[in-house]
Amino acid sequence: MAHSYTPGLKVLRETIVTKDRVLPLKGEVVVTQGQTVLPSDVVAKTDLPGNVQMVNIANILNIDPGDVNDVMIISIGTAVTKDELIAETKGLFGFFKSSVKAPVDGTFESISEVTGQAVFREAPIPVEVDAYMRGKVESILPEEGVTIATKGAFIQGIFGIGGESQGELKIIVSSRDEEITPDMISAELSGKIIVGGSFISLEAYQKAIAAKVAGVVVGGFNYSDLEPILGYTLGVAITGSEDIGTPLVVTEGYGKIKMGDRTFDLLKQFDGHSVSINGATQIRAGVIRPEIVIPLKDAELTGAHKRAATTEGIKAGSLVRIIRAPYFGFLGTIVSLPPELQKMESETMVRVAEVEIDGKVYTIPRSNLEMVETN
Amino acid sequence: MELNSILATDCGSTTTKAILIEKVNDEYRLRVRGEAPTTVEAPFEDVTKGVLNAVMEVEELSGRKLLEDGKIITPQNGNTGVDVYVSTSSAGGGLQMMVAGVVKSMTGESAERAALGAGSIVMDVLASNDGRLPHEKISRIRQLRPDMILLSGGIDGGTTKHVAELAEILAAANPKPRLGQNYKLPVIYAGNKKAQDTIKETLGEITDLDIVDNIRPVLERENLGPSRDKIHDLFMEHVMAQAPGYKKLMSWTDAPIMPTPGAVGSLIEMIAREENIQVVGVDIGGATTDIFSVFEGQFNRTVSANLGMSYSVCNVLAEAGLDNVLRWVPMDINRGELNNRIGNKMIRPTTVPQSLEELIIEQAIAREALRLSFIQHKEFAVSLKGIQKERTISDAFEQSATGETLVNMMALDLMVGSGGVLSHAPRREQAARMLIDAFLPEGITQLAVDSIFMMPQLGVLANIDKEGIAESARRAALEVFEKDCLIRLGTCLAPVGKIKPGAQLLTTTLTFKDGHTETHEIKAGELKMIQAPYEPIKAQLIPAKNMDIGAGKGVSIDTEIYGGVVGILIDGRGRPLVLPAESDERIHQLTRWSQAVNEYPEIQS
Repeated sequence: MAHSYTPGLKVLRETIVTKDRVLPLKGEVVVTQGQTVLPSDVVAKTDLPGNVQMVNIANILNIDPGDVNDVMIISIGTAVTKDELIAETKGLFGFFKSSVKAPVDGTFESISEVTGQAVFREAPIPVEVDAYMRGKVESILPEEGVTIATKGAFIQGIFGIGGESQGELKIIVSSRDEEITPDMISAELSGKIIVGGSFISLEAYQKAIAAKVAGVVVGGFNYSDLEPILGYTLGVAITGSEDIGTPLVVTEGYGKIKMGDRTFDLLKQFDGHSVSINGATQIRAGVIRPEIVIPLKDAELTGAHKRAATTEGIKAGSLVRIIRAPYFGFLGTIVSLPPELQKMESETMVRVAEVEIDGKVYTIPRSNLEMVETN
Repeated sequence: MELNSILATDCGSTTTKAILIEKVNDEYRLRVRGEAPTTVEAPFEDVTKGVLNAVMEVEELSGRKLLEDGKIITPQNGNTGVDVYVSTSSAGGGLQMMVAGVVKSMTGESAERAALGAGSIVMDVLASNDGRLPHEKISRIRQLRPDMILLSGGIDGGTTKHVAELAEILAAANPKPRLGQNYKLPVIYAGNKKAQDTIKETLGEITDLDIVDNIRPVLERENLGPSRDKIHDLFMEHVMAQAPGYKKLMSWTDAPIMPTPGAVGSLIEMIAREENIQVVGVDIGGATTDIFSVFEGQFNRTVSANLGMSYSVCNVLAEAGLDNVLRWVPMDINRGELNNRIGNKMIRPTTVPQSLEELIIEQAIAREALRLSFIQHKEFAVSLKGIQKERTISDAFEQSATGETLVNMMALDLMVGSGGVLSHAPRREQAARMLIDAFLPEGITQLAVDSIFMMPQLGVLANIDKEGIAESARRAALEVFEKDCLIRLGTCLAPVGKIKPGAQLLTTTLTFKDGHTETHEIKAGELKMIQAPYEPIKAQLIPAKNMDIGAGKGVSIDTEIYGGVVGILIDGRGRPLVLPAESDERIHQLTRWSQAVNEYPEIQS
């Protein structure tokens, strides 16, 4: 049977989700293998070397850099407090002394006789990594981090902003084509992860941020509305470090697009559950898509789970989403995958798929299809 | 040894491409090519798997046995194996460097030129006079985590203080390399000789320090070679050795693995030198656009890191502005909807234009991405700054400063385009139009595209320095480049000067190989295409008295030009090219030009 590798987004009712929680530098892992963790539990921690401040002693005291060691009144390794005296000239008969004070609280690290520069390092910066989602510590990478695993539902979006967040899932629309309007956002939604249908306007999203909503999951968003939120034009889809408090996960794309029915139905099924979301997106080689993880209790699991990492190609019968004009946003079923190249209206020669959408069959480039992986 | 067969691969960030070159009737030709997804990332994490898959495709298509026990067979034995195997790589984000110099526009720029020329992406240029405070520089180094740092500064024998200060900043930042937590960051010092001991003292312990000759021994001269070579060595020894599977790949190749853009650059440099021509090459990808140029024997490369056709397509929109993109689109389009469409291309980068409208929009964006990248290139490809020039009385009237761009469009002989949007444009006329509209060549310029982006493999082949095979490898690279790599589009003839609407600009008389002659007149605002094959054609070019076609205003030229798959394009639209501001008139004009070169199907005016 014809078979084609097509990137796809996962919409899984049941799977094992694993997450690597790793420190930026080596440090200490504070949990044990098999331990049950909550999203806010710290799993590993370390200290990043403190920031550095440099002071040119020779310039300030107007002396030769070769003489700086003679004027220092502290030795290397000494802890200093801000504005503490660190260097002083002898002056003339004890008068007219010039001096230098410490620029920060920290440690005197080094001094150069070539440039006259003294280096002070501030206190180390503690860094902690939390578990992000409810689950179990599956494995430990000594000194670096852990892998957390959980059984539950897993949904990927196409694009997001903002980092990780947790909260109770709350569906606030009645259908997948309904928009989230500003009047739907109230103070009661604070700390919740809200789900809408086809679209959220800039005004509604800004209101959600102000109301401290924990996250927004929606079908579409206007590309031009990103700028007022981020403060810059997003030129490259690498996000996740924005400090906006209310991450946004867009499931379909830019514009008003109905949320895929499987996505919407799955979210609706777990309305009220505690979920973890991450808006971080990186569209480069090594792609990262935004996600919604819904950890489930044993009683809610059917046992038909599937690892989220498995990727299969499309074949006849596969459910696909069309991701480029002129049929952008439609969902359809693959009828066949003809092997020969075909000429499109643009005269581009491509491999195609015959896709049935609402009872009609269309010819569409395979590159313009996205597999909707479900179970 | 005379080489009979060569296998070369290029491991890109998404695809690994393999080519097989064979010597047939004393001539090196491309036999077949194969490709497979690159396997640097999980779940494979071994680059050689992708290489073997691509080679397996070559094996199937050529019917020649190349692999045994999961390894490439060398040397050739009858119809089995190949004489030489070489490779380039840009997988895993390529080589990412930070460079530092004392004065940003002098040693800083020289260091940047060396790093770019070696095929690296320059993440930032630190300089004593860049306006940042030491702690800002330190946090920048820590945040970027480059693969390698090139430190320069000062002329030989000059003051050592500033470069020592830069070294102290590096030491204070104590940078960690991007890949692998367990090795020291490679740092190359290419500054004032007198400061070498101080640098060793400051950086010797905490980094993997290498010292090479000064990049700017005197103000008047750059010496980029030693730094460039050292970057290539360290790329292999450190950076690549950290990437999964590369140690194995390195043991297979007969020459060091080169960074992809470094290989392309060296090929372009070689061609310009061999044929004594001025060349511009461009590679427009999904994330970045690379431009290479050789003018007056000087090679320059720039990478516009965020100008590309998919991953960074929204950045093209942000930097060019929607109006500049729309000016190339011969139809009315809803602006908000277009914004979302381009946004959707960024988040689904692998899609292809199905409708004609989508193709036209994509090619409009490409024109702007190329135009902006070329502006950056022109600003970077300049003569050395800070040099004292002797002035005569005649210079008083022509105040030419140091640091002028070397890019001279009138002197340009050959422009080579590559990258999906140019190489895979459904009609070659579209590629020619994109190149002309974005780069605005002047006078007589040959146009070509690299159909399957073979330049990286040919570049690394041309760089083999193993005794006995170097000469033959070089010959193979040049022959295949000439015969199989380039698709010759044709020649653009663009008279330059002040134009009045409707005025006669150029009379072109062409005498073809079969003896027949054609004469064409071009008026201001016109674009004309003449079908002509890739063969020498005698051309007599008579410009109007205020127009220049290469020899000066009103001066005629008798020369030989070449056609190609598109032919000869005579561009009477003027330089700079100004499009009508009024929408209907602009659409009418664009449609006329499009029809004149048979660019798109069924465009109606």
